[in-house]
Amino acid sequence: MRVEFDQWMKASSAAPDAQRIIESCMHCGICTSVCPTYDLLDHELDSPRGRIYLIRDMLQGAPVSVRTRDHLDRCLTCRACESACPSGVEYGQLIDIGREEIERRVPRSLAERIKRTLLRHALQSRRLLHMTLHAAWALRGLMPTALRQRIPAPPVALAAQSATQPSRRHARQVLTLHGCVQGTVAPGYDQALARILDHFGVTLVTAKGTGCCGAISQHLGAPDEAKQAMRRNIDAWWPLLEAGTEAIVLTSSGCGSMVEDYAHLLKDDPRYAAKAKRISALLRDPVELVGSLWSVTNLPLAPLPPGQEQLVFHPPCSLQHGMRLKGRVELLLQRAGYQLAPVADGHLCCGSAGTYSLLQPVLAAQLGQRKLEKLMAGKPQAIASANVGCIMHLQKESPVPVRHWLEILAERLPAREQP
Amino acid sequence: MNSSAFFAGLRAIVGESWLLADAESVAPYECDALFHLQQRPLAVVLPADEQQVAAVVALCAAEGVPIVPRGAGTSLSGGATPVAAGIVMALNRLRRIRIDAGARQALAQPGVRNIVVTQQAADDALFFAPDPSSQMASTIGGNVAENAGGVHCVKYGLTVHNLVGLRLVTGDGQILALGEGSLDQPGLDLLALLCGSEGLLGLVTDTRLRLLPKPRAVRVLLGFFPAIEAACDAVSRIIAEGITPAGLEIMDQASLQAAHRFSPALGLRIEAAGALLCELDGEPEEIEEATRRIHALFQALAVLEVRQADDEAQRTQLWAARKNVLPALLRSASDLYVADCTVPRRALSRVLARVMALSEEHGIAVAQSFHAGDGNLHPVLFYDSAVAGEEERALRLADAILQAVLAEGGTVSGEHGIGSEKLHGMCWQFSADELDLFARLRQVFDPYGLFNPGKAIPTLHRCAEFGAMQIGRDAMPFADLPRF
Repeated sequence: MRVEFDQWMKASSAAPDAQRIIESCMHCGICTSVCPTYDLLDHELDSPRGRIYLIRDMLQGAPVSVRTRDHLDRCLTCRACESACPSGVEYGQLIDIGREEIERRVPRSLAERIKRTLLRHALQSRRLLHMTLHAAWALRGLMPTALRQRIPAPPVALAAQSATQPSRRHARQVLTLHGCVQGTVAPGYDQALARILDHFGVTLVTAKGTGCCGAISQHLGAPDEAKQAMRRNIDAWWPLLEAGTEAIVLTSSGCGSMVEDYAHLLKDDPRYAAKAKRISALLRDPVELVGSLWSVTNLPLAPLPPGQEQLVFHPPCSLQHGMRLKGRVELLLQRAGYQLAPVADGHLCCGSAGTYSLLQPVLAAQLGQRKLEKLMAGKPQAIASANVGCIMHLQKESPVPVRHWLEILAERLPAREQP
Repeated sequence: MNSSAFFAGLRAIVGESWLLADAESVAPYECDALFHLQQRPLAVVLPADEQQVAAVVALCAAEGVPIVPRGAGTSLSGGATPVAAGIVMALNRLRRIRIDAGARQALAQPGVRNIVVTQQAADDALFFAPDPSSQMASTIGGNVAENAGGVHCVKYGLTVHNLVGLRLVTGDGQILALGEGSLDQPGLDLLALLCGSEGLLGLVTDTRLRLLPKPRAVRVLLGFFPAIEAACDAVSRIIAEGITPAGLEIMDQASLQAAHRFSPALGLRIEAAGALLCELDGEPEEIEEATRRIHALFQALAVLEVRQADDEAQRTQLWAARKNVLPALLRSASDLYVADCTVPRRALSRVLARVMALSEEHGIAVAQSFHAGDGNLHPVLFYDSAVAGEEERALRLADAILQAVLAEGGTVSGEHGIGSEKLHGMCWQFSADELDLFARLRQVFDPYGLFNPGKAIPTLHRCAEFGAMQIGRDAMPFADLPRF
């Protein structure tokens, strides 16, 4: 579609990207068929094609109101549309541009702005999150059920986990990120990855001074804050990468997908563009790394206990649409002996979508329920996934355990290898 | 018309959240997949059921407000482009579906997406044959309106051959039930008349679709030929042999090269001048026998290589040679226009050669990959609208191709429909008497000319204009003039 920007937009640094993306859209409508919100709400305006049109109109100078903002807010940024699009429209980038513009053109109320700022800070402050959640976990028994369900389940006691942590250091090292939410609610993912990699002779290391990958700010309309987070992480990682650390491996695909985008998001930053490009190129999802190591070296998994064979895998959007690694984890789980029931509508988002489940709780809950129905159709004994957000979101209502696939595999490894 | 009273009336029928009347909200409905044509509608209504559809029609009839029906808005000919001062009736909320496995039928409302029918029927080992390339998104209502086909129509027919009943609301608000679920009906075959009527005769509110048992085995053969004429000859010879493949697709060299750029891993023979993809389905023995005969006739045509795939993953790989062509071209060209016309199979190679000659004459590059089995051509024209005069040249070429096709006894539309885009082609294809007959038939169903006015059937005075005028897709001259 052609586009003629208004004066403001013409001067914007986002103009070339916005123009290229809008012009690549043929308005064919294939994206509508895979969009979770169009499926729920039936309005063209809640489909990718409709939102592209709304953004295009806004950038051409048409008057916009909270209507457009509401429709842009309802997008999950799951990017299922990108997987389906025959013309390769980079919708994820365009919705970010659209959101930044709508914040400027239709500012939110003060209360709304405060809520979003608080949310950003709370989720990114490890100490605050740690204190709040530990207080909440301590008081869980006293809470009414409805409130209890809104609090993520506490992780398995850390003491029990650390007994199984690898103690030796290998020459081959890969980096992880002690992010924001995951470090507090699900420290087990990194521990599981560390144990698996240890068996392959690779050590998982962390760098001091890192924090959130930046996704929370990026998707809450604070791109400058996101860039600060990215630069901070790059600075913290850089010495280790210079010293030969071979890859960056993040156990939540939401963070991984974000780091993969560093190259794009920092491309106009003269000081960081080249580094960001290298960082993005070094990003590997655990399924890529574990998959390639496992293809040459055996993993001494204990026999699969009876009653645990039936799994389903819920592929996070950031894994299947963001990083385009559809179907890979399933292969590894099958190799580990699990039977994976097929899941209908596997491309659809579970509704977690980063902070979406907090900002759009009604839609998120509906999507979560639909997702659980499809996942449970194959009567699995557990649900496996690969992202902290999806796992926490599905855990709220799931009748069976929802776990990271790395934890499921790591549990079947011998307690500790002799150095 | 008092528009606030009219909107209040619509709101009373469909409910507050299913009427869109502000400029911001209706804008995304101003075009379909033929996005060059845009018209902001007066309002958009999204009824929930047949009663609401009929009530909206009655209100619009009383107020004289035209209605443009819309499913998923995937029409490539402007079938769902709004008309001035008219409303868009989006029927995508009507999406109930029930499979009647015993009768091998599906009861599907118009908003059900095409692929959903086959997905729902899969448990009973049945499928719905029409599979237009928009099948992920396009709806059954739109499939009926456009008489959709797809890659398998060479064996299984178009929507008209797979529809056994429907309900519709006519222009005076009546509800008609056509067909009783059996293939043969007494009286005039109104069901067939509705297929391909492009929303001019009524609004479909329910359909009864024929489902077919899934074939036991499927095989794909992909032959690369040193000359495109050989690929075309192979098509005629396969049919002459008495073989009915489920799909027959030709790709020319430009298409093969594009598909190769998109995914080099396929290892396509890009030095070949053309390739023919042939899908066979049915009983394994029958497929073996057909394969043997096809190999023999391919050899006689100096085939360079034949690839064969039986399991689904391998078949998908071979199909990618065809299905990746458009995505590849979309990424490489600034603008492109996909033409749509049919020619009798025997004329295929002559027309392909003619298209290439015209392409050179107009200085507009063309790639051809198409449904060869039913002679449905899709020349893809590349141009850059930023270069002065190039778009006009491309559109002139598109029209020259239509003229060439007509000279060979073909048609001006294969599967994309007439809509707003091909009105002038209708003037070339049909006589004044025939067009007049179409118009009179339309009046029987839609006496006030409410539904999709100005589409599909040109008026005679429009034909007089079209005869001498070049129609740009960006600017339909006098778009606001009523045409029926």
